[in-house]
Order: sequence, then C-alpha cells, then structure tokens
Amino acid sequence: MKLDTSGLESTAPLFGSLSSGIHDEISAAPSFALPNTINFDGFQKEAIQMVKPAKGTTTLAFIFKEGVMVAADSRASMGGYISSQSVKKIIEINPYMLGTMAGGAADCQFWHRNLGIKCRLHELANKRRISVTGASKLLANILYSYRGMGLSVGTMIAGWDETGPGLYYVDSEGGRLKGTRFSVGSGSPYAYGVLDNGYRYDMSIEEAAELARRSIYHATFRDGASGGVASVYYVGPDGWKKLSGDDVGELHYHYYPVMPSTVEQEMVEVTGQ
Amino acid sequence: MTKQQANWSPYDNNGGSCVAIAGADYCVIAADTRMSSGYNILTREYSKICKLADKAVMASSGFQADVNALQKHLAARHLTYQHQHNKQMSCPAMAQLLSNTLYYKRFFPYYAFNVLGGLDSEGKGCVFTYDAVGSYERVGYSSQGSGSTLIMPFLDNQLKSPSPLLLPAQDAVTPLSESEAVDLVKTVFASATERDIYTGDKLEIVVLNAGGIHREYMELRKD
Repeated sequence: MKLDTSGLESTAPLFGSLSSGIHDEISAAPSFALPNTINFDGFQKEAIQMVKPAKGTTTLAFIFKEGVMVAADSRASMGGYISSQSVKKIIEINPYMLGTMAGGAADCQFWHRNLGIKCRLHELANKRRISVTGASKLLANILYSYRGMGLSVGTMIAGWDETGPGLYYVDSEGGRLKGTRFSVGSGSPYAYGVLDNGYRYDMSIEEAAELARRSIYHATFRDGASGGVASVYYVGPDGWKKLSGDDVGELHYHYYPVMPSTVEQEMVEVTGQ
Repeated sequence: MTKQQANWSPYDNNGGSCVAIAGADYCVIAADTRMSSGYNILTREYSKICKLADKAVMASSGFQADVNALQKHLAARHLTYQHQHNKQMSCPAMAQLLSNTLYYKRFFPYYAFNVLGGLDSEGKGCVFTYDAVGSYERVGYSSQGSGSTLIMPFLDNQLKSPSPLLLPAQDAVTPLSESEAVDLVKTVFASATERDIYTGDKLEIVVLNAGGIHREYMELRKD
C-alpha cells in the first residue's frame, strides 16, 4: 500500500536529502510505518483496543457580534479510566486562530501541530496571515487523504482574518462545514441544548463567555466522559484571549448554591417495644 | 495468499510500572525492574529507565521489544542532533521528538507507555506523560504502565495541585523536597507491588538535579 505523506512535507528534516545509506531510517523524510498485514482494518481495530488512546470531550464555538467564543472541558479518558483532568483541548495555532480537540488526542495534537507549521509557512511565503477558510481547508484536505485509515478527529477552527470572524467544523471523515454555532464531542448534545437556548447574535462579550461556560458546565454534569476545567477563549480583531478557566466542580456550587433549608420534619429512630 | 496472517499478533505485554515526579529544582523518575509475560516472570532485573540526554530520562513499560526499538531510535536521533547542533537536546525538545516518533507509528503503534522526566531550560523539574500513539502533556507528576491505575489516585491524593488551566492562574508546584519525593516513590511502589502482579522485584530510582544524575535501588517483594 502506498500512503500519501505529502501532508508531512513541511516537517521534513533538513538533512533528508543526504542518502548515505547508513542513516536511512532516521534521516529519511518522516513517513508513517505501516503493518505488514493483509487485514489492515482488523489490525487497526485490535491495536486501537490495546493502546486505548485518550478520548471523550465537550467542545463548542460560536460566532456573535463581537467575534468568536471558543470553550472546552479538559478531561481525557481511556475507557472508564480518567487519564487526565488537565488536557489543553483548545490549541493555539497562532495569535489569531484557535483549534479545538475532540476524538483521538494524539490525532488532534499531531495534526494541529502540523497545521500550525503550515500556517506559519504560509505567512512567511505570502507576507500575510492565512485565512480561517484556508487553514481549515488545509486541515480538511490532509484528513481526507487519510480517510478510512482510522483517524479520529472532530475539530473546529476559529479565528479572525481579513474578512472578520471565521468558524469551520472539520472532521476525519472528510467533512468541512462553515457555520456560526458548533459543538463537538460526546457531551455535545448537552452543550447544544444550553447553547441553542441562550444564543443571541447581539450578545456582549461577557454574556457570550457566560453562555459558553454554562454550556460546558451542563455538558460535564450530564456526560461522564467530560469534566475537569471549563476553559473559555474569545477571538476578536486583536487576536485571541483566554477569558476564564474554572473547575467545574466549583462551578456547580456557583450555579446551584447550597441553601440552608429549614427542617420541616425530623427523622426519629424508633426504639424497641 | 495464505491465511496465516489472519492471526498475526505482533504484541505482547511485559508489564511494569513507571512513575515520575517533578519538583522545583529536581525530577525523580522511577520504575520497577520486573519483566513478565502472562503469569511468567521472565527476569527480575530489567531496567525500564533510559537516559536519552543529560537532562532527559525516559521510563517505559509495555512491550519490551517495542520499548527497545523506541529507545534505540531516540538514541540515534539524539546523536545526529548533537552532531548538527553541538549540544544536548533539552527535555521539552526531547518530549516533542518522542511525541512525533510515537505518532509516525500511528498505524502500527509502539506498544509502549512512557513518562519522560528531566529539567527544563530554567533548571525546573518537568514531567511529560504520553499515550501509545503520541499525545502528550506536561504535568507535575505521572504514572504509566500496569500499576498506573493503582498509583495515580494515590499520587493525586498526596500531590494534587491546582490545574494549570485555571484562570486566574494558581501556583502549582509539587510541595515536596527531593528526599520526600524519593520516599513517596518508594511507598507507592511498595503499595502497587502488593496488588499488581506485574510490578515487583526491585525499584530503580533516578534523581535529576543541578548536581547531575543519581541512581538508587530498593528491593521490592519478589512473589
């Protein structure tokens, strides 16, 4: 099987052209090693089951009057085991663009890092920042070239470019959608419920941040695979800024304060006789 | 073609646990030295800890053949790095190299669960934790391998510090001295050995600090 590795070109080491034969394995341009088997799908299925890559997420992003709001939880689980409560699921591609991470943690991390390199190279070649449309299409094209090989990526590319705020949803099945409101991950149905209910285009930054935070909180409350810290980022004309990071355990008592209630009837132990 | 490849299974699990703890000016990396396959103990003194650079040490459990191949690959990459740059690789650089190395085997993974410990450019302790296909994260402490599900909750209980994602940021330094961290590592392994059949025999502890690298051993239960 021949695998398209053009997606990796920019990461090729400088010494790749020297073919002395001795260092072939380490000096060759990086490419993906493939198992020598006929049953690739079966092997992938088994291998994935053995290594149990980290997954399980709630992420959301929406465009409003002032720009784009992006929020995510921070939990990573491998099956039933929580492998981390402090994952950075909002990836800072450059000062004007953010990516979110849902699906396989390694797939998302690696391809966002790869996208960051490509965006920087575009900037150096063209003396201007890449558009959100362009960046999302770079990622979508790479992911599409690996379609059917078992990558698991569900991401939103959010940013501010010459045309104003931009938001795209890109996934490993090859999908790429432009939109104003997305939520991705196992907790997305819960997040959508709160988000759709409270969304208005003409919100202020504070209102939008609160809506994003509340949507993530409610998703972590109902989805076992989401939790940890609710991070909220805002992308405006001057680039992105992190607005808040709150432990959802503490947010719960913020949204639902414990009220000291009066005891109407006290339970008394019945004694003998 | 023949059907023989239908049952092709290139992996084995040789077990073992690894722990790393970062402090203000030190890093402790530890792993047991037992290597098993199923119920068989293959050897009682197999080191899972590998020094990758002056300030980067990796502990790996999983499949020994893959771990060995990974260590050799990283050693070779580090050698070419030294020839090209005339310096040792920093720990954060090694961390990203390890991530990329693991991901280039995304479709035929190294069955290896790693923790990388070391000192960063400021001399602060750092720990990076990985999954088998290269997702990684910088943390204050971590555990990987067969005993990780027993060890990690214990470390959380003893060391948990405010999440680095919180805003406003809160101070998140492991509140232990070097000798306290070494003692903690000894107790967690003694405990894990009681309940994990793949952990035991001997504990190897590597301590990195401004003075350099220092290694010590502690005997664990051999049953």
